[in-house]
Amino acid sequence: MADEQNKKVNEHEEHEDEILGKAYDAKLMKRLIRYLKPYSNWVIIAIIFTVGVALLSTVRPYLTKIAIDDYILNKDSIGLRNIILILFGTLVFQGVVQYVMTYLTQWIGQKTIFDLRMGLFEHVQKLSMSFFDKNPVGRLVTRLTNDIEVLNEMFSSGIVMVFADVFIIGGILFFMFSLSWQLSLIALSVVIPLIYATIVFRRKVRSAFRDVRFFLAKMNAFLQEHASGILVVKIFNKERKTLEDFKKINYDHTKANKRSVLYYSIFFPVVELIGAISGGLIIWYGGGEVLHGILTIGILISFIQYSEMFFRPIRDLSEKYNIMQTAMASSERIFKLLDRKAAISDAENPMELKDVKGNIEFRNVWFAYINEDYVLKNISFTIKQGEKIAFVGATGAGKTSVMNLICRFYDIQKGEILIDNVNIKDIQQSDLRKNIGLVVQDIFLFSDSIANNISLNNNRINPEKIKQAAKIIGINYFIERLPLNYEQNVKERGITLSQGQRQLITFARALAYNPKILILDEATSSVDTHSEILIQRAIDKLMEGRTSIIIAHRLSTIQKCDKIIVMHKGEIREIGTHQELLELGGIYSKLYQLQYKESLA
Amino acid sequence: MIYLRCLIPYLKVYKKKLFLGFLVIAMSAIFTNLIPLVISKAVDDIKAHLAYGLLWQYASLTVLLALISGFFLFLTRQTIIIVSREIENDLRNDFLGHILIQDMRYFHYHPTGEIMALATNDISAVRNFLGPGIMYTSETIVNFILAISFMISLNFELTLVAVLPIPLISYAVYKIGKSINHKFELVQEQFSVLTTKAQENLSGIKVVKAYVRENSEIESFRRLSLDYMKKNLKLAKVQSFSFPMMFLLTGFSVMIVLFVGGNKIINEVMTIGELTAFIIYLGLLTWPIISLGWIINLTQRAEASMKRLCEVFDNRPSIEDSSSITNSIIPIKGEIEFKNVNFRYSKELPFVLKDINLKINSGETLGIIGHTGSGKTTLVNLIPRLFEVKEGELLIGGKDIKTFPFKSLRTSIGYVPQETFLFSETIENNIAYSEQNFEKDKVIQASQISQIYKDVDNFPKRFETLLGERGINLSGGQKQRTSIARAILADPKILILDDAFSAVDTYTEEEILNGLKEIMERRTAILISHRVSTLKNSDRIIVLSDGMIAETGSHESLIQQEGIYADIYFKQLLEEELKEL
Repeated sequence: MADEQNKKVNEHEEHEDEILGKAYDAKLMKRLIRYLKPYSNWVIIAIIFTVGVALLSTVRPYLTKIAIDDYILNKDSIGLRNIILILFGTLVFQGVVQYVMTYLTQWIGQKTIFDLRMGLFEHVQKLSMSFFDKNPVGRLVTRLTNDIEVLNEMFSSGIVMVFADVFIIGGILFFMFSLSWQLSLIALSVVIPLIYATIVFRRKVRSAFRDVRFFLAKMNAFLQEHASGILVVKIFNKERKTLEDFKKINYDHTKANKRSVLYYSIFFPVVELIGAISGGLIIWYGGGEVLHGILTIGILISFIQYSEMFFRPIRDLSEKYNIMQTAMASSERIFKLLDRKAAISDAENPMELKDVKGNIEFRNVWFAYINEDYVLKNISFTIKQGEKIAFVGATGAGKTSVMNLICRFYDIQKGEILIDNVNIKDIQQSDLRKNIGLVVQDIFLFSDSIANNISLNNNRINPEKIKQAAKIIGINYFIERLPLNYEQNVKERGITLSQGQRQLITFARALAYNPKILILDEATSSVDTHSEILIQRAIDKLMEGRTSIIIAHRLSTIQKCDKIIVMHKGEIREIGTHQELLELGGIYSKLYQLQYKESLA
Repeated sequence: MIYLRCLIPYLKVYKKKLFLGFLVIAMSAIFTNLIPLVISKAVDDIKAHLAYGLLWQYASLTVLLALISGFFLFLTRQTIIIVSREIENDLRNDFLGHILIQDMRYFHYHPTGEIMALATNDISAVRNFLGPGIMYTSETIVNFILAISFMISLNFELTLVAVLPIPLISYAVYKIGKSINHKFELVQEQFSVLTTKAQENLSGIKVVKAYVRENSEIESFRRLSLDYMKKNLKLAKVQSFSFPMMFLLTGFSVMIVLFVGGNKIINEVMTIGELTAFIIYLGLLTWPIISLGWIINLTQRAEASMKRLCEVFDNRPSIEDSSSITNSIIPIKGEIEFKNVNFRYSKELPFVLKDINLKINSGETLGIIGHTGSGKTTLVNLIPRLFEVKEGELLIGGKDIKTFPFKSLRTSIGYVPQETFLFSETIENNIAYSEQNFEKDKVIQASQISQIYKDVDNFPKRFETLLGERGINLSGGQKQRTSIARAILADPKILILDDAFSAVDTYTEEEILNGLKEIMERRTAILISHRVSTLKNSDRIIVLSDGMIAETGSHESLIQQEGIYADIYFKQLLEEELKEL
């Protein structure tokens, strides 16, 4: 059932990972910048430092100019020494400021990323089960890790450097124009062809990159498909053909890459050439001005340095483009997830659930996972406090859905579910679930210590209670024989817990929480006889003194229950005790022969 | 650099182009390094008021030199970078070639994700070394040599003091690089811890929700996140150091040149033009030196990736055509015999098949039934040699299976695997997977027998319908029937159907089996099923239990034995009855 749901949703969401759009999206950017707010003071300081770095790094050619014009050419070696000392001072100062700036921006980036990651994680924790049915774990993990990591990269290298580059360009312009605006205009006239070249290059390279991505995706799909279908490839002896097919796609990819190489190999020399033209213009015009005595030789030299410095950041900016593009795509995916609303929300003024007795009632409940595909049809039953009820039925009869609904993992379409006569929609989800102990069929243990797997890091459950629960369940002997006892990590190498032992740990977990209502989906997997005895005894202990609902797979468990509810095709078909139902000769008696009676062999 | 040496044979293929590449790097560098000399001369002439009328010549000479250098720069990228792309291409082809010859065991231990990561990320890392890595390294070296030589030709003493900070820079690059690497590893480790935590939390979300542990989960994720942030900041502390440090040290060079050079000018042993040239040369050297750290990083990553790739290249499949095979095509007869076969997947694992003695005659149809994990699939997987028999013998037509070349063995077997796998291709290409040039009639015929023809006929594009993401998704039953058609079209001597009807309803199953009857008469057929209905008409049925043949006989005789088979049969009758209710 869940599988089918996944498939349907996957068709729509599959391509989400491949979105790659603009390098700058004002809306996304605004939202990202909102995360900087708590650190706005630090951001301002970082910006001041960035301006400082820009000024300090652009002041150097200016100091060179003073050194040449005022001291070297005037043969003033003491003045030269002084200006060198100033230069030394600015260098050291620049180094310090630059270090602080770089670290500060990284710090802000890391803090922001941390907040974003936690925000996303907290958000995901609040989403409902129906969301997790539709979204594979792998994809969510990617959002929490890789996508956020991409933003990390943007924050720590991309964006700040873009700012720094802009400021540096500003600083260069400031000094150039204050030295000679005429020469500045002439030297910088090449910016126009440069911008033009950059635009053309960007357009060309973008289309080449689109092709590269297209063929890369195709190649990945091919690899993915043939690696997972390797059995078919081998059976049909198609290794050679597969390789031939792959070579074609691979070469398409290479060709697209070569096209982008071509654009790069034109663009970079063109930028160099434009820089050189600027230098030539400085010599031609500036040299003339020096000869006419309008400019000094120092200005000329500083201009040569400035023009060299000017083109570097511009080239950098076009390289930052890629980082920005992937970052935008990642943030779009992250925000999309953040905007996802939980399908189940608590009532506005929830009723308090005090002293739960454990009466459960289903009143004409209709439920479907998708649309109108009802898996439960008009289900009604009452379970009184302390009763032990077994649910039986073939796979797909709707037993697990009943369990899920009591925990309110899903909301029903029609009808009511009541706990102690209160509709569960009026109770806080956490309040409701605190009173329910759920043991699901797929045993899930965290890679943590046994103690933590029992308490699930709940402070209320102290080591004493953990041990007590383990003892009642009967797993204490086993745990105490482990090298680290209760602190033993369950996933550690060399420690292999049997299926039965793992199950007993989940029993101990449910017991430690001491719920009013127990919901147990018995595991079907067979275990060794010793574990089997322990499990049966443990189930007795678990059911003691609580309302218990059990999806039973063992005859022994069924026989311990007060009542059996037989489900078939989403409906309740028979209710009664084991003996009554056997005599009835209906569905239960068939199920009994099929599932519960000892095999003939 | 041990593993990167594996790339030498790949580089050799393009040695002419690479040689040209190095040549043009040198040419480009020569012309670039001439520019400061021109500027130096221009400045001196301007200073001496000699330059009237010469200025435009200096200016155009600068541009001309840049133009020539730019042309060579263009050629550099067109050779070195292009070669890196070609090698990437070759490497990837070889990689897949090696992957494809691995045996099934390899794929069992290496998930698809890992293979893809190798083919994309790791090969990309190697490519980065081959392209930008080699290009920038050689550029740096050539520029360095040229700039220093030109500087020496201008003024030896000044050159000496200008390069004074260089050993310091190299040392800093080395030290910082090492520290960054170490801290980066710690960050990566914590990243994987974080990923594992997220993975686990999401897989166990039901338990988390049921026990209302959301907040404590958030708390523990916060702790790990915080730790990750701290490790990142530790890395940032060192990383932030590297850029300012480089700028500072190269700035010192300029400062020293200005001071020493300035004094030389004051003492009239040097000209202002020469000083200008020095300043420009140092500017030219700054970036290559700074990028040194980056290149080192690139190389280290490439080395790590190459190591992983080499592991694949060096891994020999344990099942290969034996060297004793003489004639490549041996006609295979359909008689299969297992003699005292014991089998396990590895030495640490228990036996999956125990003491199997079984002879399947040519043209016989054998049914295999048994519980999950009883060894059914393992048994048939031995026939196409997907796994190798180590204990006992497996004979086909009386000859040891190892004496047949893979090609003739596997083309003689039509296999419908348990997990249906179809390619994202057209239906036609999927059915005719076994043949390069197929006749349409054969596709139609095969699809009719497997009862998929009517379904396909209803699709707008019929046999040209694309499957998978970009096309349509077939239902489980349709997939199985397509997979059966694929095996029929291969026209095999031996037909193996491993639980091939599990998603097909009993009525259609019967239709298919009827259609297959004629085909199976002439071939050896093995049917595995959980359903008695699939097998009941087989010539012989064996029941596998715990890796052993527990019962043998026809449907009727097995029912009479009242053993496992009879029990399964009885339960299936009950299930049918239940469905009707």
